[in-house]
Amino acid sequence: MALSQTTAAPAASESGFASALTTFVTALAVMAAGLIASIAVAVAVYAAFDFVLPYTKLLNALLVMVLGVAACFGYFWSSNKLLDTIYPASGAQIVSNITKANAIRPWLFLGPALIVVGIYLVYPVVNSVILSFHGPNGEAWVGTRNYEWLAQDPAFRESVRNNILWLIVVPAAATFIGLIAAALTDRISWGNIAKSLIFMPMAISFVGASVIWKFIYDYRPAGEAQIGLLNAIVTGLGGNPQAWITVPFWNNFFLMVVLIWIQTGFAMVILSAALRGIPEETIEAAVIDGASPFQIFYKIKVPQIWSTIAVVWTTITILVLKVFDIVLAMTNGQWGTQVLANYMFDWMFRGLDFGRASTIALVIMVMVAPIMVWNIREARKGIR
Amino acid sequence: MSTVVGARPALTWAVHIAVFVLVAIWTIPTLGILISSFRDKDQIVTSGWWTALAPAERNLVVRAAAPDDAIEENGRWVLRGNVFGEISGSVSAFGVSIQRPTEFSAGDTAETRDGELITIGENGDYAISYPERPEGARGQRLFVTSQEPPKFTTDNYETVLFSEGIGQSFINTLTVTIPATVIPILIAAYAAYALAWMEFPGRALLLATIVGLIVVPLQMALIPLLRLYNDIGVGKSFIGIWLAHTGFGLPLAIYLLRNYIAGLPREILESARVDGASDFEIFRKIILPLSFPALASFAIFQFLWVWNDLLVATVFLGNNEQQLVMTGRLRELLGSRGGNWEILSASAFVAIVVPIIVFFALQRYLVRGLLAGSVKGG
Repeated sequence: MALSQTTAAPAASESGFASALTTFVTALAVMAAGLIASIAVAVAVYAAFDFVLPYTKLLNALLVMVLGVAACFGYFWSSNKLLDTIYPASGAQIVSNITKANAIRPWLFLGPALIVVGIYLVYPVVNSVILSFHGPNGEAWVGTRNYEWLAQDPAFRESVRNNILWLIVVPAAATFIGLIAAALTDRISWGNIAKSLIFMPMAISFVGASVIWKFIYDYRPAGEAQIGLLNAIVTGLGGNPQAWITVPFWNNFFLMVVLIWIQTGFAMVILSAALRGIPEETIEAAVIDGASPFQIFYKIKVPQIWSTIAVVWTTITILVLKVFDIVLAMTNGQWGTQVLANYMFDWMFRGLDFGRASTIALVIMVMVAPIMVWNIREARKGIR
Repeated sequence: MSTVVGARPALTWAVHIAVFVLVAIWTIPTLGILISSFRDKDQIVTSGWWTALAPAERNLVVRAAAPDDAIEENGRWVLRGNVFGEISGSVSAFGVSIQRPTEFSAGDTAETRDGELITIGENGDYAISYPERPEGARGQRLFVTSQEPPKFTTDNYETVLFSEGIGQSFINTLTVTIPATVIPILIAAYAAYALAWMEFPGRALLLATIVGLIVVPLQMALIPLLRLYNDIGVGKSFIGIWLAHTGFGLPLAIYLLRNYIAGLPREILESARVDGASDFEIFRKIILPLSFPALASFAIFQFLWVWNDLLVATVFLGNNEQQLVMTGRLRELLGSRGGNWEILSASAFVAIVVPIIVFFALQRYLVRGLLAGSVKGG
């Protein structure tokens, strides 16, 4: 676009490539000037305040927040001003100037975001691939040895097995219960209060939720008063108390319950909105034809919100792949509950092997990749 | 819809009951922690929180005072005292042997084989009378079953806030969260405006990249960034984590805001352009105020996400008093104080109370953001 615009401008006599290069270099220069100027001012003001004010962390945070926002504004304002000075919208070259400025301005607006995203997300993906071919400290080249190690590592296999279990159970359960909750709460007068309460765990951190559920699973030897709700119910029904989170294999499901508990509200809110968006006519037609409420739900409503169900499902799937806090806080991967994200963390902090940890991270990335592609395709459909 | 169900009262009842059960399952776990956090620490471990309002039954084994201290009264040697220490209650039964700890009820007199007469009153006062002068420093063992009134206290909160370091962690979390929520918003808003309303080559590709980056697992970013931070000397600092959260939050922020800003009516922007407003002015005077709902949605997301984050904080902040955030502290307490539910429950509640308040106060914006993020675009 910029290319055709600049060449079409009457004053532009350079070739297309040269003009694109000029645009690019000018954009970079203006961006850099704006960034340096605003950051320098912000740092100077920070230093001045830091000198005057007593140091407390919160005050410092507030100062950084205000200065951060001011520096952002400063950058956008100053770079914009600079651009207008270089290509003034007046004088003999006005048309050429405006086209040139318009080719550069979007990049000024995008600049900070591109820099931050580049450093924090794009660079790490590339760097992780490189690191996965290196040894523990990331210096010695080891070829594919990390991958070979991974392939025969029993703990890795256990993590993959558990991750697959999580991937099957959690999205399915959360979406299904969410759908039921959405359908039911839409029919009653106190539905909104019920929704709020089911949605609430979404605000609770995974660690907080782990504490909450660990209390539910608390175990005391038989004969003592059980203070964990689950064991109290089990003994109340005449069973034997169990240390739930140490029961092999099944303990995975007790951890999954925590995430299902957190995510059901999310599924419910989205699906409830989708259910309300269904055209009334289709339902009325079904009622006239004598369909039962169950038939209406499963044969008329659910098929119409299928795409939203897919979105909810994939969103929760992505979350499940990254699940880490719950396992770390409740079992730390003991008793056969290891998952990939926690295993990666283990190698990073306790194993201190950045090569192996990066390799595990890449496995997670590969598992997310299909969803990523699907997401991009869906988004492009929506944008066109 | 209601007419369909309205025709069948039995079904309506079933719906009410089903929703009630769901709500109960979803709220009871949190309620358990909340109630426990206000209970006395001895009662937490001896009875379930659901019995918090009922008097708690407690079994005590007490040693009476040393027989040497007995005083002569009317020809017998008598020892007096009280079975209760700090926690009072009312005695319902007592015994003198471990086989039959509830043999006698309060006020009765038990006679041992040695001819000692033992009586314990309801208020816990005991009297042991010996036929002859007793000797020895080991007191008689008394088995007491007492009923204690339910006890609620804010001691647990005082403990966690001031001596378990939760108070300091609360401030640390706040320090991380405020800038990490505000800084990405402006950066994202400008980028979103450019992606929505400005023409430039590679726009579609850029947008697709942003959407793809939303799902990049954080695990990928940790090691490269940790190394980068160490190389350039940022180390473990608040500025490092603010920028990290900004970077991780940006793709979603740009995507949410772009969808919203692209949906603003074209006429407003066109007429502003005709009036001679530059892009910069349009953004500041028209786009920013109009996008308030979307900005608020993202702000809530980012706030909840940063406040509740454990992974990024563990990697980019230190483990010391000055930097440990609340989620990290809670995890540490789970390890070191695994059985101390009075500390865990109060700490957990301090950690979740702020997000819950934000959640209930601003739920409307949160729901709107969720819908914009997944139904429209995703």
